[in-house]
Amino acid sequence: MTNSWTDIKNTDLVIIMGGNAAEAHPCGFKWVTEAKAQRGAKLIVVDPRFTRSASVADFYAPIRQGTDIAFLLGAMKYCIDNDKIQHDYVRAFTNAPYIVKEGFGYQDGLFTGYDEAKRDYDRSSWEYELGPDGYVQVDETLQHPRSVYQLLKKHIAAYTPEMVERICGTPKDKFLAICKMISECSARDKTMTSMYALGWTQHSKGSQNIRSMAMLQLLLGNIGVRGGGMNALRGHSNIQGLTDIGLMSNLIPGYLTLGTDREVDFQTYMSTRGFKPLRPNQTSYWQNYKKFMVSFLKSMWGKAATPENDFAYQWLPKLDVPGYDMLRYFDMMHQGKVNGYFCQGFNPLLSLSNRGKVSASLSKLKFLVVMDPLQTETARFWKDEGVHNDVKPEAIQTEVFELPTTCFAEDEGSLVNSGRWLQWHWPGQEPPGEAKADTWIMAQIFQRMRALYEKEGGAFPDPILNLHWPYRLPDDPQPDEMAKEMNGYVVSTVTDPVDPTKIVLEKGKQIDTFGQLRDDGSTACGCWIYSGSWTERGNMMARRDTSDPANTGAYANWAFSWPANRRILYNRASADIDGKPWDPKRKLIEWNGTAWTGYDVPDIAPTAKPQDVGPFIMNPEGTARLFSRAMMKDGPFPAHYEPFESPVANVLAPKIRGNPAARIFKDDLAALGTSDKFPYAATSYRLTEHFHYWTKHVWVNAVLQPEFFVEISEQLAAEKNIQKGGWVKVSSARGAVYAKAVVTKRIKPMICDGKTVHVVGIPLHWGFTGAARKGFGPNSLTPFVGDANIETPEFKAFLVNVEPSNGPATS
Amino acid sequence: MGLQSQDFARISATNFRPPDVRHDFEVAKLIDVSKCIGCKACQAACLEWNNLREEIGINRGVYDNPHDLTPNTWTLMRFTEWENQESGNLEWLIRKDGCMHCADPGCLKACPSPGAIVQYNNGIVDFVSEHCIGCGYCVKGCPFNIPRISQADHKAYKCTLCSDRVSVGQAPACAKACPTGAIVFGTKQAMLDHAQGRITDLKSRGFKNAGIYDPPGVGGTHVMYVLHHADRPQLYANLPENPRISQVVELWKGLTKYAGMAAVGFAAAFAFVHATIARRNDVSRAEDREAEHLIDEEAERGRQA
Amino acid sequence: MVVRREEERTTVDRYSGRVRVNHWVTAISLILLAISGAALFHPSLFFLSSLFGSGSNTRMLHPWIGVVLLASFAILFIQMVRHNFWTKADTHWMRHIGDVMSGHEENLPEVGKYNGGQKIIFWLMTLLILVLFATGIVIWYEYFGTTFTIEQQRFGHILHALAAIAMLLVVIVHIYAAFYVRGTLNAMTEGKVTGGWAFRHHRLWLRREARKGVIDERQVPPRRLGPNAPAE
Repeated sequence: MTNSWTDIKNTDLVIIMGGNAAEAHPCGFKWVTEAKAQRGAKLIVVDPRFTRSASVADFYAPIRQGTDIAFLLGAMKYCIDNDKIQHDYVRAFTNAPYIVKEGFGYQDGLFTGYDEAKRDYDRSSWEYELGPDGYVQVDETLQHPRSVYQLLKKHIAAYTPEMVERICGTPKDKFLAICKMISECSARDKTMTSMYALGWTQHSKGSQNIRSMAMLQLLLGNIGVRGGGMNALRGHSNIQGLTDIGLMSNLIPGYLTLGTDREVDFQTYMSTRGFKPLRPNQTSYWQNYKKFMVSFLKSMWGKAATPENDFAYQWLPKLDVPGYDMLRYFDMMHQGKVNGYFCQGFNPLLSLSNRGKVSASLSKLKFLVVMDPLQTETARFWKDEGVHNDVKPEAIQTEVFELPTTCFAEDEGSLVNSGRWLQWHWPGQEPPGEAKADTWIMAQIFQRMRALYEKEGGAFPDPILNLHWPYRLPDDPQPDEMAKEMNGYVVSTVTDPVDPTKIVLEKGKQIDTFGQLRDDGSTACGCWIYSGSWTERGNMMARRDTSDPANTGAYANWAFSWPANRRILYNRASADIDGKPWDPKRKLIEWNGTAWTGYDVPDIAPTAKPQDVGPFIMNPEGTARLFSRAMMKDGPFPAHYEPFESPVANVLAPKIRGNPAARIFKDDLAALGTSDKFPYAATSYRLTEHFHYWTKHVWVNAVLQPEFFVEISEQLAAEKNIQKGGWVKVSSARGAVYAKAVVTKRIKPMICDGKTVHVVGIPLHWGFTGAARKGFGPNSLTPFVGDANIETPEFKAFLVNVEPSNGPATS
Repeated sequence: MGLQSQDFARISATNFRPPDVRHDFEVAKLIDVSKCIGCKACQAACLEWNNLREEIGINRGVYDNPHDLTPNTWTLMRFTEWENQESGNLEWLIRKDGCMHCADPGCLKACPSPGAIVQYNNGIVDFVSEHCIGCGYCVKGCPFNIPRISQADHKAYKCTLCSDRVSVGQAPACAKACPTGAIVFGTKQAMLDHAQGRITDLKSRGFKNAGIYDPPGVGGTHVMYVLHHADRPQLYANLPENPRISQVVELWKGLTKYAGMAAVGFAAAFAFVHATIARRNDVSRAEDREAEHLIDEEAERGRQA
Repeated sequence: MVVRREEERTTVDRYSGRVRVNHWVTAISLILLAISGAALFHPSLFFLSSLFGSGSNTRMLHPWIGVVLLASFAILFIQMVRHNFWTKADTHWMRHIGDVMSGHEENLPEVGKYNGGQKIIFWLMTLLILVLFATGIVIWYEYFGTTFTIEQQRFGHILHALAAIAMLLVVIVHIYAAFYVRGTLNAMTEGKVTGGWAFRHHRLWLRREARKGVIDERQVPPRRLGPNAPAE
């Protein structure tokens, strides 16, 4: 989230698209009901299904899954055509006036530089035109034909309301009604908030879905303001923390990136991470990258990380591919290239696309370690459960180790919520049986591995032998120790260069903020964005002060919000170019002539002059990007692409299947279905009664939603002679499942490009362990396709067939 | 549980109304259907707080699970898909069903067991299992079809409005768990006031018939709804439009009870008086003798025949 | 059925052992039903439930006693129904019920095994037991709670209550009559009545019985009553 859950109460319009906040985030959704009840805010829901969110919406419109970009580009076109954009904001705070290089173009669904064989672009033409001073060329009038603004207008010209209806199936009148509501939020005193989740990410163009809305929000002047923003609703209570501390194959904590095998030394690595400002006087905050990186390396290897050995940069692994995401890793496993797999808090047999492939991949492992508080299906992938897990145990040689772990309620530590709040929590009870904290288990393994390396040497013992391990109990590092390490501490005393008697940083003390981090090895910090969470003043994450001066929703003394306890990112943009709030009633920070003051921690140097420094300091431009340069693999602007499995062809570029730059392996491409055999547009989703595959183990939740079902329209049910509550067989090119049929008015057939499209909804909470009835997950059906940029699988749009059935027993 | 009659406003199957001296204020739960997202947190909270274990059922093609109230399910989300012809919009009306805690409770009126159903001074209607005999009369007394009799122990069960929590100043578990503030709890007056604000908001959003459901036919209730279509409560999974205790039950528990007692009493009294004043109906010696004659005659006839 | 002359008296067999057992099972059932039903009917009588152990037991037993009653009465019905068909004489008898109540049966036509009042009671009981049983099933929550709609159960309750009240009235008449008409109780205790009783109340029946024959168990022949003996 750019903003926070509590900030949603400040909004005038909530748009839920690509998510179902009421269903999947019912607790956070209370802030929507607050905004509605207290401010008279309106709620729009756009979804293939009339969801629980829609049940309390002021306006609902259907949309075919996987067509959000067309809808949003259409909305942008509406706002621009009707002069409903926040001009001053767009001109000052976005890259709209910037000039793009000659040679950039877009035709027939492709941007310049596409290489079909590689399924990738040469992105060199997607750049600004730089002047001789190294700064980007600008046309403040926005009239230059190669200005971002004009290119954008040209790019979205095709997305007329008629075209939106043709692609999305959204009736034109409903689309226009929504556009009108959205466009009103271009006023300075009106804001819209976007709430989205996996409904946007789990597509082959998920990143671009989100970018589309971010661009619309920028045009409306809604980023950085109270009640605005791009608000990603994270699926797990700590999934934000997972990404923050870099649990991705290509990340290290604080969104620093792992080096590639071409970046053989620290200098090479840093050479592409300098982030020179692209505009005069701009703050480009990533220029501090080296301070964060060196401090991270110091926290990893302590005294062994020295300036002489590049702070042990060499000990970090290097990537030979863009990333070992789960699709790639399981593909490698499928090819027999993986011996062992540690599966920690993950249930891939039900969570990863194409279950058949997942099962076959796990069967090729020599060993599998499952660390989980629950008895997962993955730990029993070898078990013959009849139709619910049709495998031959005797043919599977994988040795499986199941290590019971504690669950969050038995742990102490912090959880990071969607709004970037690190909230400390305490154990509610002792763990049952032999369950142990994940950290205890990892420490045990580490200690034994280190002993082996010590005894036997090995190919590359340094990173293991030198790992900084300062914990009171080496076998059991405690949450407070790790939290302090994440915050950062002073390794050696730093004195004022002018007055050496003056101590700037005292050895052994916790640092207060990442502004104190240094690139000379005198500070260590596990995750720079968490600096300030556990300072000399104590555990900031444990704060529980509910005071909220002026009722801004900031709650600045409740827990800790990264970065620097900032509650709304880019909050400089809440004020105009002179530093006065766009909407005095919604003041966040304000320039008082000498400094920024207000209710939130300014997202800019406190004394940075408003006319000089742009609000988006993490970009070298200082502005937000409507044109994302070469940062996105699949285009500097979003463009409509159909899902890889779609009931209709791409109207704008009929020859293109899916997102041309999306990740798909060759075998998986062959396993795609077509609409002649699998005519119905399926989507997967969660239900409020359950949490993923966890709560089916809980009796009460199993009572509330006991059995796997799929949802279809009354029309499709009539067409296929399917009874409400009867059994159906749902099949895709990759598998089949049996489910009960929920026949509902909440799903209606849509007309897309003249064709009737039936939607089949498949919730995902059932498996073959737990208290609930045995069932299936949609991943038996979903394709093994990933987003172009972050490889998130396309779970939200695929093709199936549906037939009435007698159920699993007799089929 | 002791029946401290001063704690109660009404006690089932007793001939007196308790003094109701501790009647300071009435509580109420307000369920704002327009804020409800049907997440069933209330259902889960009810099962958890009351430590109930419902059966794990099956899917019957709807979201309602379990499919009805049971002795273990005291509250239930009921989902209705309704096409609003006037606006052309689909509406998914979700209502939390459960005991309404009527001011004039039909269950209590019907109950034959003294103290098995009580109404506290604060308006909560509670079942006292210790005194419950499992007759099911409350089921017939209830205008909302709420009480359920357990086949295990033959006791009636329903929502207690968490009388245990309320008695120590806590809100009911469902209200505590509701993530959107659709369930609020307080004094009845505060809830009525709160509802007015909600109704104003709903009217501003085009629900011109928004209103509160506090049916006068049962003297008002201590569980109330804010409805978008208060003119048509039956849309919400057949919420009764004008609930009241069935006339048949009123007759059964009213006139019949007294008239029946009177009739039987009168008959007994008549017999007593008659026995006292009427001539003895006894066999005289003459009749004995005539009987002998008659027997002889008839025996003779018999022999001849 | 036998008319029997003994030393001191002459008796007529009225009820066989089987009938008496049935009658008393029915009677006891009815009384238990009345008590348990009354306990559930009116708060002031709820104390009666303690006779059955508790309110729950009362609730549980009452319908089962009803089943016993139905079975027992069904047999009784078969045993008695042939004597209970209505005749013109019964209509005549009923017209003079006032004379019966004031102890003047002399002017009435001779009565068979049962008089009009008894027959009415018989048929009322039959009807009421059927109604009580049928409505009792409807409101027997333990087994039929979901068989019938709540509205049907509500009607079941009021009909059951009304029928029960009617039944109580019939039973009161029946019992009172048994006491008021002296000598009647012996019919159901010993199974026999005196000749005089039969002569007074059911003369026609006595004639028929005597015609079948008389057993004389006297050791000493009786002092024959002369035809001129004065009538009392």
